[in-house]
Amino acid sequence: MASDRPVWASLIALFKQRAPADVSVVETLVRRHRLRAVELLPWILTVVAYYLFSDYLALGSQILIMILFALSLDLVLGYAGIVTLGHSAFFGVGAYAAGIYAARICGEPLSGLMVGATAAALVGWTSGLVILRTQGFTLLMLTLAVTALLAEAANKASFITGGADGLQGVDIAPIFGWFRFDMFGRVGYLYCLAVLFLCWLFARRLVHSPFGRSLIGIRENTARMHAIGSPVRRRLLTVYTISAALAGVAGALLAQTTQFVGLTVLGFQRSGEIVIMLVFGGVGRLYGAFVGASLYMIAQDQIAKLEPEFWNFWIGLLLVVLVMFARGGVLGLVDRVLSLARRKP
Amino acid sequence: MSPALETVGLHRNFGALIVANDINFRLDTGARHALIGPNGAGKTTFINLITGALAPSAGRIMLGGEDITGLPQAARVGRGLGRTFQINALFKGLSVLENVSLAVGERMGIGGDLLRLVGSHRAVLERAYALLERLRIADDALVPVRELPYGKQRLVEIAISLGLQPTVLLLDEPAAGVPSAESVIILDVIEQLPRDIAVLIIEHDMELVFRFAHQITVLVQGSILMEGTPAEIAADARVREVYLGERRHG
Repeated sequence: MASDRPVWASLIALFKQRAPADVSVVETLVRRHRLRAVELLPWILTVVAYYLFSDYLALGSQILIMILFALSLDLVLGYAGIVTLGHSAFFGVGAYAAGIYAARICGEPLSGLMVGATAAALVGWTSGLVILRTQGFTLLMLTLAVTALLAEAANKASFITGGADGLQGVDIAPIFGWFRFDMFGRVGYLYCLAVLFLCWLFARRLVHSPFGRSLIGIRENTARMHAIGSPVRRRLLTVYTISAALAGVAGALLAQTTQFVGLTVLGFQRSGEIVIMLVFGGVGRLYGAFVGASLYMIAQDQIAKLEPEFWNFWIGLLLVVLVMFARGGVLGLVDRVLSLARRKP
Repeated sequence: MSPALETVGLHRNFGALIVANDINFRLDTGARHALIGPNGAGKTTFINLITGALAPSAGRIMLGGEDITGLPQAARVGRGLGRTFQINALFKGLSVLENVSLAVGERMGIGGDLLRLVGSHRAVLERAYALLERLRIADDALVPVRELPYGKQRLVEIAISLGLQPTVLLLDEPAAGVPSAESVIILDVIEQLPRDIAVLIIEHDMELVFRFAHQITVLVQGSILMEGTPAEIAADARVREVYLGERRHG
């Protein structure tokens, strides 16, 4: 009887996949890929947060942007198994492209997003052509090198990027010519939320498509993917380009909502940070990005208030503990608790 | 009619080390052919040359009369060349059904579809599941491969290659590492392979070879020592020397 069950048991039931009572095996597999109720949880939370924390919407927008950035990273790192430390290259290119577009050409935000996505996708595709021929440490070093090259280029080309002073004069027109970005960040937050939602729809579809499964196949056993006739390099290049585009959108969102682009968007620190966020939440799970980026950003904000000079230490400690005792990140931990609870009748 | 698979003067060396020496080999349509030889004879190298995992230094490879020497691995698979691995090469985190579906999906050309859910290609899943039923591993369809015992993993290995609907199937020691009680099941599966598939099996287990093969090729130090029916091979003095000699010394 439901009333006898403790609250946590009902919660677990919500997370459980329905047991296949009389459906075929194939049908069971098909259902695993369908949208489940629990996947709406992050969206409910983001909307609730809008009303509950209306003083923190600027931070909220930043979190949404970092979620999108981490989500893009999850596609290459978590699903395809491409270990990169240079994902800020695409974030940065997206930010600069959208920023320069707004400052020099047109302040319309949606076309600005497209410009950011396209520029980042181009950089992703071109660098991917070279980088994805390699593996392991070589690949890792090359991703770092690409970021360093772009950061230096942005620094030198100060006539167009503003160099070390940053890009000024990023004026964003109202969305659809109607919704003006306000100083409380309300429009900015909802704008980021809508963009993140659309990107998530796309990413979710992608990871549950045959293409997404083949990425997992490449991650799990590249040699066998070759042996079953999969065009491995083309698949990797495709996902690398898509991921770059999404990271570019995230960068463009940052440029538009803060109306400024600084050299840090291309920094190595940002590449490292986003990997930490994703590992924190759980790699290769799609929702690790949501959990990791929110927890990291909120923790950073809170700890920085308490210990302005020492917060990095606590973040580091938290990460060490998590990596040592909870390999799949926070979501991995949740998984393990759930499966333990499930085993008990 | 051209043979299912043929190699002409196939050669590969690493510097001074010759691992495949002028191999002229022919696999007939629907053949049951075994490739035997002592450790280090170059059997797996030969397979890797045929599949394209390794490029030959010289020679040609023909599949169904068509020269595939210059084709990449994936294109050869598309033309009907399937293989299994001596050491399991599976997608361990995925379920058995997903493992086989990956192969079936690539074969049916939908592996790159990124806009529709897995479930919208139900024919792929149905075909993969039918294969599992044929190999009697359907009960484990939804179990992650890493949780299966090794013997069953070997069957998944075969199921993946069958998912490619090959005309030529290269089995690299299919029963290696499997306890003898379970290897019977694998033998049954191999014996029941569709007759229209030409099968080349690499095997150490002579009992299995003599039970299965109609034709045997003996490879020693990268060269073909001899070729013949099981009876001819068993009677040949050179083969005995290579094999029994090796065995006597342990």
